[in-house]
Amino acid sequence: MTNNIFKFLLLSVLFINVGIISAQHDAHGETTSHNEATVEKNEEAGHDEKFNPSDLINHHLSDSHDYKFDIPFFETTFYLPVILWTDNGLTVFSSSAFKGDEHGEVVVTKNGQKFVRIHDIIAYADKVPEHAKPEEITLSQRPLDFSITKNVLSMFFTFLIILILLMYVRKAYNKKGVPKGIAGFLEPLIVFIRDDVAKENIGPKYQKFVPFLLTVFFFILFSNLFGLIPFSPFGYNLTGNIVVTFVLAVIVFIITNVNGNKSYWKHILWPPGVPVILKPFIALIEVLSMFTKPFALMIRLFANIFAGHTIILTFITLIFVFKNWGVPFASGFATIFMYISELLVAFLQAYVFTLLSAIYFGMAVKEEAH
Amino acid sequence: MNFFHPETLIFWTTLFFLLFFFLFLKFAWKPILKTINEREKSIEDALAEADKAKKEMAQLKADNQKILNEARAERDQMLKEAKELKNQIVNKAKEEAQVEAGKEIEKAKALIQSEKQAAVKDLKNQVSAFSLDIAKKVLKDELKDPQTQMKHIETLVSDIKLN
Repeated sequence: MTNNIFKFLLLSVLFINVGIISAQHDAHGETTSHNEATVEKNEEAGHDEKFNPSDLINHHLSDSHDYKFDIPFFETTFYLPVILWTDNGLTVFSSSAFKGDEHGEVVVTKNGQKFVRIHDIIAYADKVPEHAKPEEITLSQRPLDFSITKNVLSMFFTFLIILILLMYVRKAYNKKGVPKGIAGFLEPLIVFIRDDVAKENIGPKYQKFVPFLLTVFFFILFSNLFGLIPFSPFGYNLTGNIVVTFVLAVIVFIITNVNGNKSYWKHILWPPGVPVILKPFIALIEVLSMFTKPFALMIRLFANIFAGHTIILTFITLIFVFKNWGVPFASGFATIFMYISELLVAFLQAYVFTLLSAIYFGMAVKEEAH
Repeated sequence: MNFFHPETLIFWTTLFFLLFFFLFLKFAWKPILKTINEREKSIEDALAEADKAKKEMAQLKADNQKILNEARAERDQMLKEAKELKNQIVNKAKEEAQVEAGKEIEKAKALIQSEKQAAVKDLKNQVSAFSLDIAKKVLKDELKDPQTQMKHIETLVSDIKLN
């Protein structure tokens, strides 16, 4: 078993190398399908063009309107639908219209408006200055973007895979309720979340929070794990995207405060056991902490996953930076080490997010104990 | 990392999360948790049932032992009683037999006595008849002489021994 996992990790590292290389050649707009040839070309390119690891890592961790499938030998680009809410209303077209351009050179005319794409941002061609940097583009210069991007599609498939797995789990129970197959693996996780996370931290009213906690846990866990599989359609960066963790944290915030009982609000607005003169100040801090708690949830998950991906990619790009035959061995080992620790982090962060959510829910619904 | 158009992921994450939350709830969490709860309950019930059965078993065993002991005691009692009864019957029979035998003996004795008396009486009668005959004959001879007659009779009479 451990042997198999080790083999899998080795293979994974191999694949991510290949994946990076293919990403690299996509970035340079070179067209070869053979990997060795790509490596050579990259090395050639390295002589006249400076290799920029931070661009590569950024590109890898970013969202995109074009889905580049980087499975070795089957590299293709899927063009995803672009859905824009423009001044003229809803506009939908395929991202193939940009022809892979990310520098505002291809102008697309749709619905009586002209669009350009600058580093994944679709903006009005006549409103943005030429050669504008992505961070300079304001909301007035671009339409609202509701496109089905790579991350959106990945998220959908992640949810779909979890749904299919859970349907299997449901079917895997025989009439006596004895788990078979995949249910034997997932059931302990479900029971763990129910008993050791929900029941333990929320108290007697835990029942109604269990489905949410389970959903959050499985979504984060599978996103983390799939994010570690280094080839398409996996290897994405969902939980390492602060927008995704922001939405999760907001949902936790809403559930916590909607379920807050009298004692919870009393503790925030008129903290007991504090001299009256201090109460307003403590209340201020408490109100602030209402927001800092989910904020910490958001940052913790995002930072852990994002940092993990960044470190792994950094180790691999070292090979291309140093171009020394010894480096692949060193960075390969470092990558394997990181992969193993990321595997741990994948479970740990899913658990921590769920646990802290449960603790916040527990604070909201627990009756005054003194 | 780019989040220059965060509305994309905010919109889709919220939508997918809510959509799949309800799908999971309906098709996975509710049935799965129900199954797990039911199974846990059935296990608990089965364990309680087993405990109960164990206790009942022990109770039954104790009861059995008790019944067995009682039966043994009863058997012993019965044996004892039977023995006593037997003895009683035998003794009674013996006694009765003795009494009966005694009675028989008494009867026999009485009979013998009466027979004897009858015989004696008969004998006396015969003797007296014989005596009379003898006397007649003697008298015929002897009574010629009355003196001799008397003497003879006296002798005769004195010879008679009654038993």
